[in-house]
Amino acid sequence: MSEFLEFHDVSKRFGTIQAVSGVTLEIRKGEVFSLLGPSGCGKTTMLRLAAGFEHPDTGRILLDGRDITDLPSNKRQVNTIFQSYALFPHMTVRENIAFGLRVAKRPKPEIDSEVDRMLHLIRMTDQAEKKPDLLSGGQKQRVAIARALINKPQVLLLDEPLAALDLKLRQRMLIELDMIHDEVGITFLYVTHDQGEAMSLSDRIAVMESGRIEQVGTPVEIYEAPRTSFVAAFIGDTNFLEGEVTGLEDGEYSRLEIAGVSGIVCFNDKSIRPGNPVFLSIRPEKVHISRDKPQEERLRNIMPAVVEDVIYLGSTTKYWVRAGEMRVQVLRQHSRFFLDEKPIRWNDPVWIWWHGDDGFMLERYREVDEDLLAVPPRKVGESDGGNGRG
Amino acid sequence: MKRSTRKKLQEALVSSPSLLWLSLFFLFPTLLVFILALRPANPYGGIGQGWTLQNLRRLTDPSYLEVSWRTLEISLITTVICLLLAVPIGYYLARLSLRWRNLLLMLIIIPFWTNFLIRIFAWKVLLHPEGLIKHLLVFLGLAGPQTSLLYNAGAVVLVSVYTFLPFTILPIYAAADKFDFQLLEAARDLGARRFQAFYRIFLPGIRRGLLTALLFVFIPALGSYVIPDIVGGPGGELIGNKIAQRVFVDRNLPLASAISAVLILSVLAPLIAVLFLQPKGKRPEIL
Repeated sequence: MSEFLEFHDVSKRFGTIQAVSGVTLEIRKGEVFSLLGPSGCGKTTMLRLAAGFEHPDTGRILLDGRDITDLPSNKRQVNTIFQSYALFPHMTVRENIAFGLRVAKRPKPEIDSEVDRMLHLIRMTDQAEKKPDLLSGGQKQRVAIARALINKPQVLLLDEPLAALDLKLRQRMLIELDMIHDEVGITFLYVTHDQGEAMSLSDRIAVMESGRIEQVGTPVEIYEAPRTSFVAAFIGDTNFLEGEVTGLEDGEYSRLEIAGVSGIVCFNDKSIRPGNPVFLSIRPEKVHISRDKPQEERLRNIMPAVVEDVIYLGSTTKYWVRAGEMRVQVLRQHSRFFLDEKPIRWNDPVWIWWHGDDGFMLERYREVDEDLLAVPPRKVGESDGGNGRG
Repeated sequence: MKRSTRKKLQEALVSSPSLLWLSLFFLFPTLLVFILALRPANPYGGIGQGWTLQNLRRLTDPSYLEVSWRTLEISLITTVICLLLAVPIGYYLARLSLRWRNLLLMLIIIPFWTNFLIRIFAWKVLLHPEGLIKHLLVFLGLAGPQTSLLYNAGAVVLVSVYTFLPFTILPIYAAADKFDFQLLEAARDLGARRFQAFYRIFLPGIRRGLLTALLFVFIPALGSYVIPDIVGGPGGELIGNKIAQRVFVDRNLPLASAISAVLILSVLAPLIAVLFLQPKGKRPEIL
């Protein structure tokens, strides 16, 4: 697959705020590409640059090899689905969908048949004569999709399209969007702050922060091998454990010492040398917890710990445990529920373990937003500091 | 008492003060005008006995038709010019930052603090044959030394536009302020040119404001009397002047009432027609 929508060193400033700074990004033909990041990270500005609502201060934007940087939005073969849907309130559903073809002065029979096809695609043939304010959120969403798709854009831009919907409807629309993508096969550029949406829909994701791209990759790459502490913290939950490399093992693995616990094995793809400080990031669900000591295995990190807190979450339970001076968050899936199994409780001695391949090392740790991290609970009378993420 | 009856009684009680007010100061005077129109005048400037259609017959006089036609023409031109100016002004006001917006709105409202008559007399000074504007136009070769800027239909239109423009800008601005400008982006995104987005999306989006503005200019312009009296001259006389002349010069209240009644009916008739001929649910909500 080749590059289709390209951003070359694009920057955009609004007053004193640098919304996008020097972003280079290539989106391939036919893929669902997500821009993911917290609010204010510049992802919506990227979309508005692609749509032609904003002009970049520097850099070029290419679509299918053609420079579209200076093209006004009505001349670009891209269409947008707005967060607020922006349906025309004085027009019926049919007129809204037909708008693009009508301003293009296409013959009436052609418009009618195209609109009918679109109404069928979004399963709203019986609602065609309604005005938008009589529609539910999900229906408005579908009309917005049809209105954008009828122009047969080369790229469909979606600006947080599901943010205004409730959870169940969002999950349904997500499946619907995926089906529509399969059916029409055009490139989607999807902007969202919701990692769940991005992960489930995208072929590739770019995580953005402060106007820059932190990492581009498939959902699996982003989740399993985050390149920066921001990505690790923003996508899912993680434990950040500060330590030091004490030695190498088999060339591919390092031995770490973390908060007084030594001999922790971790895959070392960044060839960090012994003596260097390092951050080990390990996802809570990759850490196992049990009352009984597990079997020793190569590359398995096993350590005794004490349960400090238990949070029941329905399908899972979250445990905060302390191993030495190290505090670790553990997530356990309830795959079975034995009534006679003695549950793990507060202050219980337990064993925790994880495989050396499941952790990943970050050379430097950039301070990330407090609310991106699950901070371990504090006991009454405990002083500040000394928590697991160093 | 039945619940619905009681509720209706409550509603009547709540609305009675406004009903009384409207009846006293609007409905009764209007009815009085209609009644007087059908009474004969007596030679002493009072109202005679009995009923007559004589007043209405006199309105078919060609001079009245001419003035009516001119009134309609000047009112329409004034309305169109006001709307053409007010729509772009309202649009840009709504897009400005709040600070600039308040400042400019202030500038639009400030002239109201000066008496209406004084402002019109000021125009008389400005348009005077020895005034600044005349000298400037002659200097630029845009007007001959004999051209009069005052006492013609053009002067009436100019001063009417000046007077009524704020009343068009404000409702259009109010509608534009509530307009979701992302709709214009959506229209552009779907391939509409700037102008297409403007007339297919923006104008329908502010149609309430447009209708209000239209009524705010057109109706007062039809009945305007002071402006043509001061800057109009014989060539700029409107129906309002005719009514005033019948009252103050001829002391013929029934004839003045007849003209007024026809004026009121000719303004109301199209509105009533729109309200009642349209199928229910599609009727425009006026004001």
